[in-house]
Amino acid sequence: MTGILLPVGEKRRSTELALIGFSAVLILVAFTSASAAYSNKFPSGLVEDAIGFIALSLVAHLAVRRFAPYADPVLLPAAIALNGLGLVLIHRLDLSAQKTAHAHSQSAGTAAAPLQLVWTVIGIALFIAVLAVIRDHRRLQSLTYTAMVVGLGLLVLPALLPASHSTVNGARIWIKFGGFSFQPGEIAKIALEVFFAGYLVSKRDVLALAGRRMLGVTLPRARDLGPVLVAWGASLLILTRESDLGSSLLFFGIFIVMLYVATQRRSWLLIGLVLFVLGSLGAAHFVPHVHERVQIWLHPLSPRYITNQSYQLAQGLFGQATGGIFGTGLGQGRPDLVPFANTDFIGSTIAEELGLAGLMAVLVIYLLLVMRGLRAAIGTRDDFGKLLGAGLSFGLALQIFVQIGGVTRLIPLTGLTLPFLSYGGSSLVSNWILLALLMRISDASRQPLPDRPVAPDEHATMVIQR
Amino acid sequence: MPVAVVFLLRAVVLILLWGFVVAAVVAVRHDIFGTKPRKVRSPRPAPAPRPAPAPKPAKPPRASRAAPSRVTVIEGPGQGVSVALSSLPVTIGRATDSTIVLDDDFASSKHARLVPNGDAWLLEDVGSTNGTLIGNSKVTAPVAVKVGTRITIGRSTLEIQ
Repeated sequence: MTGILLPVGEKRRSTELALIGFSAVLILVAFTSASAAYSNKFPSGLVEDAIGFIALSLVAHLAVRRFAPYADPVLLPAAIALNGLGLVLIHRLDLSAQKTAHAHSQSAGTAAAPLQLVWTVIGIALFIAVLAVIRDHRRLQSLTYTAMVVGLGLLVLPALLPASHSTVNGARIWIKFGGFSFQPGEIAKIALEVFFAGYLVSKRDVLALAGRRMLGVTLPRARDLGPVLVAWGASLLILTRESDLGSSLLFFGIFIVMLYVATQRRSWLLIGLVLFVLGSLGAAHFVPHVHERVQIWLHPLSPRYITNQSYQLAQGLFGQATGGIFGTGLGQGRPDLVPFANTDFIGSTIAEELGLAGLMAVLVIYLLLVMRGLRAAIGTRDDFGKLLGAGLSFGLALQIFVQIGGVTRLIPLTGLTLPFLSYGGSSLVSNWILLALLMRISDASRQPLPDRPVAPDEHATMVIQR
Repeated sequence: MPVAVVFLLRAVVLILLWGFVVAAVVAVRHDIFGTKPRKVRSPRPAPAPRPAPAPKPAKPPRASRAAPSRVTVIEGPGQGVSVALSSLPVTIGRATDSTIVLDDDFASSKHARLVPNGDAWLLEDVGSTNGTLIGNSKVTAPVAVKVGTRITIGRSTLEIQ
């Protein structure tokens, strides 16, 4: 951290309000653009939805003024812009679904956008609740092992439940009861990040100092490899038992990076990389559905796969190619041809209708979100906050990379959601909670230095008079 | 709706999207690019415009010699970190609750501190292992520091400005 002065003590809430205003205009125009292109009349219900969402943003802003006045001014507006844009895209896909159903004279399924709006309300309510309840992020450190139990419990629960209560579209990552379904992985991610941060803060010294140098890197002792191997084994278990490639990659990546941040030892990255390569090669050979994913990734247009397994990926690629640089315009493409266009493939919906320019803007907004999170981590003065902030931000970044990487065929497709954009309650709610934690850490990092004299040390105090 | 309107809306969406990005970047501009650590090679650095991030003390400027206004790490792991000398003591050390946190293996957790005394500032060592140096002399009792004083702690050098 060379030569960066932190803007300590500036509240900048008005900047936040202005940025929220900007995103409100953006969302209104995007809504209008999508609806105008789709039908000739000004859509009914649009104004109510948009005004409802903007009112929600203002409530969140007021809560930040009250509970985290020094927090970063960009985090909340970025989340609001992404969430709003997600609502626009989901609404736009609803319109297509209605039109298709109408053409085939079937009844359209439930519209997704109103549900997503309900989840947004819940998400923002929880965002405010987390800010109000957790007034100091260091209190989470005392919950280290509780977080571990909760996180691991939520993670393995779908594997233990009977398939009828846990499997949707081949991935065993759900908890289903009655009409209600929930994907616990996203909440588990936050709980495990809290656990990793608390655990590594207490164990960092032994993991950082013991070991001997070899080929320019300090290798850890064999017995200190335990935690890494446990994390590796756990993610392989998720992969094989729950068929969840994305979460498996995400958890292992977050653990390795937090280990590296805690110890500042590059050897952990090296060890992590070796384990990752071994694990992925093994999985690609021996786990059937991973093998299939790799084949689809390598040959999406092959006649063997395109009608069935790689249909979604191939349609997504065609859609993105159609979009070109500036896109077809909202409501003027056919992103609805891609299965699950509003969850897994919302990235390709953006690329098709807003073009490369739109997708890049969305990625830069994510970049700002992640960067502000890491900034908060650097600025915090306690080690737990630093690690937690870094873990939450990096987790977000890795998830976005894996998601967009999958949709654009940079890496094999996994089943993760795009934070704040994708349709899905559990994902949206967890990301709002995650944002609240980042805001809390950011608030702590930008608060002015405590206004009290330093507590006198017993042996060092001298009264000085001249 | 007319094609022109649809096209216009399509363009405006993209412009607003990037407008939001630019607005957000502008909002955090000085935090992204940081402030350059000032080169302190010459004994009297030219007064560079200061990006005042920390609240400055609201003291009337002294008529004669300038009173110490800030302390900056000019060499060592935390190079560039700078703290305003207002009315509160400044603690220096490896402990994360120090005012200036030194990530320096040769510094103690609680190494030294600067205490205000009227208009002057006193430096005292708070029981460090490797000692605090001003020039070549070890600080054993509180000693007054002036603008330009260099303090050596472990591998770090701090300057009073």
